[in-house]
Amino acid sequence: MPDFNMRPDKNPMPAQDPNVRNKNFKEVTLGYTVEQAIDEAKRCLNCKTRPCQAHCPVQINIPEFIAEIVNGDFEAAYKVITESSSLPAVCGRVCPQESQCEMKCTRGVKGESVAIGRLERFVADYHNQHSTEKPVVPAPNGHKVAVIGSGPSGLACASDLAKKGYKVNIYEALHTEGGVLAYGIPEFRLPKAIVKKEVEGLKDMGVEIDTDVIIGKTITIDELFDEFGFESVFIGSGAGLPRFMNIPGESLNGVYSANEFLTRINLMKAYLDESTTPIMHPKKAVIVGGGNVAMDAARSAKRLGADVTIVYRRSMEELPARKEEVEHAMEEGIKFELLNNPVEIVGEDGWVKAVKCQAMELGEPDASGRRSPVEIEGKFNEFEADCFIVAIGTSPNPLIKNTTAGLEVTKRGGLVADENGATTREGVFAGGDAVTGAATVIKAMGAGKVAAKAIDEYIQNKEN
Amino acid sequence: MFKIVKKQTLNPTVVLIEVEAPLIARKAEPGQFVIVRAKEDSERIPFTIEGYDREKGTVSIVYQIVGAGTEILNSLNEGDEIHDFAGPLGNATKTEGLKNVAVVGGGVGCAIAYPVAKKLHEEGCRVTSIVGFRTKDLVILEDEFRACSDNYILMSDDGSVGQKGVVTAPLEELIKNGEQFDEVIAIGPLIMMKFVVLTTKKYNVKTVVSMNPIMIDGTGMCGGCRLTVGGKTKFACVDGPEFDGFEVDFDEAMHRGTMYKPFEAHARDEACNLLHKGEQ
Repeated sequence: MPDFNMRPDKNPMPAQDPNVRNKNFKEVTLGYTVEQAIDEAKRCLNCKTRPCQAHCPVQINIPEFIAEIVNGDFEAAYKVITESSSLPAVCGRVCPQESQCEMKCTRGVKGESVAIGRLERFVADYHNQHSTEKPVVPAPNGHKVAVIGSGPSGLACASDLAKKGYKVNIYEALHTEGGVLAYGIPEFRLPKAIVKKEVEGLKDMGVEIDTDVIIGKTITIDELFDEFGFESVFIGSGAGLPRFMNIPGESLNGVYSANEFLTRINLMKAYLDESTTPIMHPKKAVIVGGGNVAMDAARSAKRLGADVTIVYRRSMEELPARKEEVEHAMEEGIKFELLNNPVEIVGEDGWVKAVKCQAMELGEPDASGRRSPVEIEGKFNEFEADCFIVAIGTSPNPLIKNTTAGLEVTKRGGLVADENGATTREGVFAGGDAVTGAATVIKAMGAGKVAAKAIDEYIQNKEN
Repeated sequence: MFKIVKKQTLNPTVVLIEVEAPLIARKAEPGQFVIVRAKEDSERIPFTIEGYDREKGTVSIVYQIVGAGTEILNSLNEGDEIHDFAGPLGNATKTEGLKNVAVVGGGVGCAIAYPVAKKLHEEGCRVTSIVGFRTKDLVILEDEFRACSDNYILMSDDGSVGQKGVVTAPLEELIKNGEQFDEVIAIGPLIMMKFVVLTTKKYNVKTVVSMNPIMIDGTGMCGGCRLTVGGKTKFACVDGPEFDGFEVDFDEAMHRGTMYKPFEAHARDEACNLLHKGEQ
């Protein structure tokens, strides 16, 4: 390899200054320049074992797209990625690369892995900025499929089916397409213009999207088959109902679920002065939770002007959030008070005044392999706050299950689906958080793709 | 987009609009609600359904002009299109097996109580409608209520129409005089529903109330509409909006309703400025 780059660490990602960005909602990271991208791409050994590809939930041919970057042929790189991924500009930004493609990168053995995520984003952004190519609309194959939900799994499923010539209708419950990409992930991490671009791309391929349609309420799954003439249905309806802690004080004013807080900000643009949707501008916010949603809520609260503290019952090492999000949050001045488990929200005149936490310490590893938190008897910490945001996960939404006969759910309420996404009801497939409970964008996208393949096989077999 | 086919002023601040929404009209039942976003940048507001015409494919809602959101909605007229209109959400009123019911409505809540009374009447139930307003000019849907009630009792705070007093007075009197209601269904301001429940509890008459808390998505996703019912957290959008009145923590619900009060006043001024700019 003539021009190999032995630099041990990743090319740093250009980003807004932490003390500037923690006051605005613009994207935090700015993306590689052409030079940086090529320089980073040259760090790839193009090794035979391809651990990166094996650890990508949708098996993108990573060494090949990186090789195209080295060649300076970014459109070719884009084509390689889109053979496997429907949402490269999104996944390049929000995938937990450190536990996927970058986890076993050969370069990571001595030094840092290749910045695969940043390169993916570069390629997708380059394409979006430079390409005027409209997607080729495939010849219709005469079959109709309904997709429920326009989040990552639904978009991926719809995209793959449309490429095969299916007439696809997506039904979205909210007024804007994108699911969690629109209501959940903040603008500063995933600009909504990018989501829109991906959605427009699908529409260009002939996919129809009906917003304001709640399947299970406006239309049932039975009606999709019997009256609307769909031959198969994919359910990608997402995670569902926010969990609360069931501790005293959760009904005080100033208490939000992370879903509500983020939906107000992301979907309803409540952070903008001209928005008609209100949001509290907290002085001191405490967020409970250690996942990406907790980081998003914390960083959003910071941008509204709050002094922000994250409490979590385990320690730093067990934080399930993407590493980059935790680092960004810290840079932006968010405090982490770990090994603290909220037991009461203290109120005054019906408003949040403080959050009382049980102090914890780490005990023996539990079933998940993580050291389990154990209460330190009698030790409590109190954090002053006027806002408390609960980001401890979700439980499945019962709307579809309750109105669809023959659709089984697990004990936890998730839809039962096999490895191809087939549910217990013929012709109905499912994927993403509706099946797994809260997970990642890329996993949902992967499930949508797997289901698209299975739906195609199901319909073709039925015909023969 | 959802076209307004009819707009009718019911009283100086209460307006009925009939909206083309064929998919929702097929399914809508009394007690359910829709989420409305008047324009592209408007907030999402839940409105309980006032009526529906399955053949025409229309759904009616009644709103009171109280804040920025309803100001903007009210700037739309017949023939204009509402940007978003989604539903029907929530659970329908349970009317099965009811033989004798008191429907208690207060103010604009009467618009929601009316389809319930109508449905009960159509199913052969004896309906006593007790409706209350502040004053004569605010009375809405009187003819409609009379048409589906075996007994219609109109109350006003100032005595300018009907009897002077609050809705709980005739309700208690009827119960005391031996009226055997299977159920009381109360729909109106929180404070009214709270006092209806305090009244019926004494006589142990089952009471259902319709809650209308702050809400965003209306499908269970945000949890903003949570209430404490029987000591447990419930979401009005998916678990309700109707609940057993004896179990609802009204004081908490009333307090939660004030969360955005300072903001609402500000937003209303802004909306007024925006809407009336052309008139100055």
